[in-house]
Amino acid sequence: MDHKEAIELLPAYLDQELGIAEAIAVEHHLSGCSECQVEYAEQSAVSARLKRDAPYFKAPADLAQRVKMSLPRDRAPATRLKAWRFDWLPSGAGSKDWNFNWLGAGAVAASMLALVFSGGLFLALPSDQERLTEELISSHVRSLQVNHLSDVASTDKHTVKPWFNGKLDFSPPVVDLASQAFPLEGGRLDYVDGRTVAVLIYRRAKHPINLYIWPTSDRDSSPQEQDRHGYHLIRWTSGGMKYCAVSDLATSELEVFVGALRTQV
Amino acid sequence: MTASQKEGRFQAIVLPHIDSAFNLARWLARNEQDAEDIVQEAYLRAFKFFDGFHGEDARPWLLGIVRNTFYTWYQQNKTQKESTEFDEELHSIETEDSAATQRADNNPETLLIQQDSRRQLDKALKALSAEFREVLVMRELEDLSYKEIAGIIGIPIGTVMSRLARGRKQLAEILA
Repeated sequence: MDHKEAIELLPAYLDQELGIAEAIAVEHHLSGCSECQVEYAEQSAVSARLKRDAPYFKAPADLAQRVKMSLPRDRAPATRLKAWRFDWLPSGAGSKDWNFNWLGAGAVAASMLALVFSGGLFLALPSDQERLTEELISSHVRSLQVNHLSDVASTDKHTVKPWFNGKLDFSPPVVDLASQAFPLEGGRLDYVDGRTVAVLIYRRAKHPINLYIWPTSDRDSSPQEQDRHGYHLIRWTSGGMKYCAVSDLATSELEVFVGALRTQV
Repeated sequence: MTASQKEGRFQAIVLPHIDSAFNLARWLARNEQDAEDIVQEAYLRAFKFFDGFHGEDARPWLLGIVRNTFYTWYQQNKTQKESTEFDEELHSIETEDSAATQRADNNPETLLIQQDSRRQLDKALKALSAEFREVLVMRELEDLSYKEIAGIIGIPIGTVMSRLARGRKQLAEILA
């Protein structure tokens, strides 16, 4: 990659928007070009400062309510509120007025919708999982193909963990399992499930293990195994993090790895 | 979809992004009251066009509408505002400045430096032209991808990249 192209791509490199091949090419050029290094340093300093110090303006507390009120259907909030309150009381003939029925129907429809919606979500889950599995396996394969297993190659967790600082919006737990014969080899960033994730690389004999970690709001879940194209995948959720180990290692050995990891994380 | 279903769905998937909508509007309009008006108007438009929304993520979709609403509003108000806008802007910065200085007098030094850095940055970002400011806000504050930003503004991804580079450069120069 020539200088002109590299310096043009620097912002995308900084923002981790490049494909692996391009990123490597930029990185390669960057390591030997002082002009690009200055440019890169300047851009990343401004970017970091913006992220840290630029004011984020949250909407005023009542704005959401005002927006809701202004939507076409909510024409007369005051009358409706009144009707809502008093029509529940057995106050005689007036209790069956139009407002009440209309609201009641609306409420029923809304809860039906919520039910249908959550039902839909529930049904959609397995295919989401499938998609994620495919994505993780491809990512694993890709990481082996382009010889881009590690961005930071180190067997020392005190090197690997700080490397993630500032690259991610969370701090992945890094443990070394050398004593269990799964030495830590390094770490890298990857893009899975629509977000940047941390990947730790371990090795058993000649088999690399990619351990994907990213934050989630899901509840803890115990390890689940899947096989795809000769690769094995074990995933679980613990303490607000999703973990997924992928390797060509035999399932039984991958289980040992996951077991060892889970006792330490 | 019945009217109440539509409203329920809208409230579930579009309304939660109101902070992002407001942040973008506030940075574009550079003024609290105008930002509120723009967000309200944008939500009305979003509701109107909601039947046509079939995407997965409502946030970039909504931000696109906020942006369009801002530019329509800006065109309409430009003639009336043009003469006073920048004076108001300067004036408000001055008041903020003196208020911040007064507050800072009672604060420890670190806090003062931090406040100072924020104030400078706020001022510098406001001074950028809107085309650079909006990509920086969407990238650095809203964490949107190049592709999403390109979709919102309606420009090629490469242009998003070059605007970010130039915006960051200008900002560095103002801050230097």
